[in-house]
Amino acid sequence: MVETSLFPADTDHVITTRQVNFFYGETQALFDITMDIPGRRVTAFIGPSGCGKSTFLRIFNRMNDTITGTRMEGEVRINGEDIYHNSSNVVNLRRKVGMVFQKSNPFPKSIFDNVAYGPRIHGTHDRQQLAEIVEQSLIRSALWDEVKDRLETNALGLSGGQQQRLCIARALAVGPDILLMDEPASALDPKSTIRIEDLIGELRNDYTIVIVTHNMQQAARISDYTAFFYEGSLVEFNATKKIFTKPREKQTEDYITGRFG
Amino acid sequence: MNTRKEQIIYWLIRMVMYSIVLVIGYILFDIVWNGVPALSWEFISEYPRKGGAEGGILPAIVGTLALLVGTIAVSLPLGICSAIYLSEYAEQTRFTTMIRLAIITLAGVPSIVYGLFGLGLFVLLLNFGTSILAGCLTLACMVLPTIIVSSEEALRAVPRGYRDASLALGATKWETIRTNVLPYSLSGIITGSILGIGRAAGETAPILLTVAAFYLPRLPNSIFDQVMALPYHLYILATQHPEADKVLPLQYATALVLLLLVLGLSLGAIFIRIHFRKKYRW
Repeated sequence: MVETSLFPADTDHVITTRQVNFFYGETQALFDITMDIPGRRVTAFIGPSGCGKSTFLRIFNRMNDTITGTRMEGEVRINGEDIYHNSSNVVNLRRKVGMVFQKSNPFPKSIFDNVAYGPRIHGTHDRQQLAEIVEQSLIRSALWDEVKDRLETNALGLSGGQQQRLCIARALAVGPDILLMDEPASALDPKSTIRIEDLIGELRNDYTIVIVTHNMQQAARISDYTAFFYEGSLVEFNATKKIFTKPREKQTEDYITGRFG
Repeated sequence: MNTRKEQIIYWLIRMVMYSIVLVIGYILFDIVWNGVPALSWEFISEYPRKGGAEGGILPAIVGTLALLVGTIAVSLPLGICSAIYLSEYAEQTRFTTMIRLAIITLAGVPSIVYGLFGLGLFVLLLNFGTSILAGCLTLACMVLPTIIVSSEEALRAVPRGYRDASLALGATKWETIRTNVLPYSLSGIITGSILGIGRAAGETAPILLTVAAFYLPRLPNSIFDQVMALPYHLYILATQHPEADKVLPLQYATALVLLLLVLGLSLGAIFIRIHFRKKYRW
């Protein structure tokens, strides 16, 4: 189902999956998914609710491991390393693969402590060094100018959009290569959504971004590649332009033209 | 019609609440009114004389404080660890459901049963004798269910998003619990636990069989020593003393001291709560 000729010849595939099946207890949520996700690009996962796109995203940083009664089959490689192999280290994996959640979830601590949390648990305690990481991360997430004078105030005092950008800064602070975003703007107002989208546009050159969204205009605006999922299967994966202009599959066309979903 | 019914229910609920406040208020008033005249510096700083008919209650105060400190030291770590296990680590199976049910049932077991249990296990089998150690362990067993249940509730109240965010940043499970679950639930854990322990401070039955001395006008030497305790002393004065009427003011004063002690404990819990609420507002 995946066209290997889809990408330019020199494309570096950062995430590769082979025949991935996933189960919540007895219920199978993902069926035989094989796909290659290119590095330093934005890849969007679209599809109706319950199609498995979020579950698939959470496979890449093994967040599904935290749910009891789940089971994964198949192979997932990130930068060539089999991340579900017994010798694979989840902590190291999650340092390299950051995640931003649908509901912004800053810790009820100061803005500074939120961003410094990751570096601290990974062993950076030098105040000067931490301050630098915090500043850089907040600059990258386009939040620095708004919060630089109140880094010690509680993060929950920020607006929804600011909180989500803080979560992005917090994820960036541990120095990941890959950024997974699970509907990062779905709970935000239009203005904040635009800011998040702009931010993704700025990060695209330095990070491999995989974003789940139920907003097709958003996928069209920000992504280079789009994958359409339906009922746990990958229906179509192609350059975003092609998906939205000349979809190969009838199901994809029906979905993006709003006939269902 | 409907608003009338609303009004009736409103007043009914209101009256029930006031009647409870009234009863508690009367008890408090009675104890304070009759206790204050007998309360003096000598009363709380001197040893009892003539079988408690004269002198103070210093050994009983020290005894109750020692039991409280010991009970907290044993039950708080055990209870919090159990709650962390149940809430964060254990898979939700039929087995854990049964453990939970057992814990809730234990919270309702009469205190005399804990007293007998302590007598059998700590005093006799483990040969601690009638001692502070046996008493603390017995009281700890009694308050453990309350601590576990309230701590688990406090831990579960922490939103899943905090755990997810922390794990996704590469924190281990324990790092996540230590830095992003426990601190936020601490105010709830402490409040629930102190309320349970405050109840233990006033219990008579468990200490009756494991630690309390009828009349021991000196301070304890070690944790293997017996002590007097406020609730037991009160019980003796009220029911066992040959001149129960004559020592009535002393009974009231003893009850007042016990109340103040528990009040102090509760105030401590409130301050801790306020502190953590301020620190981690969520």
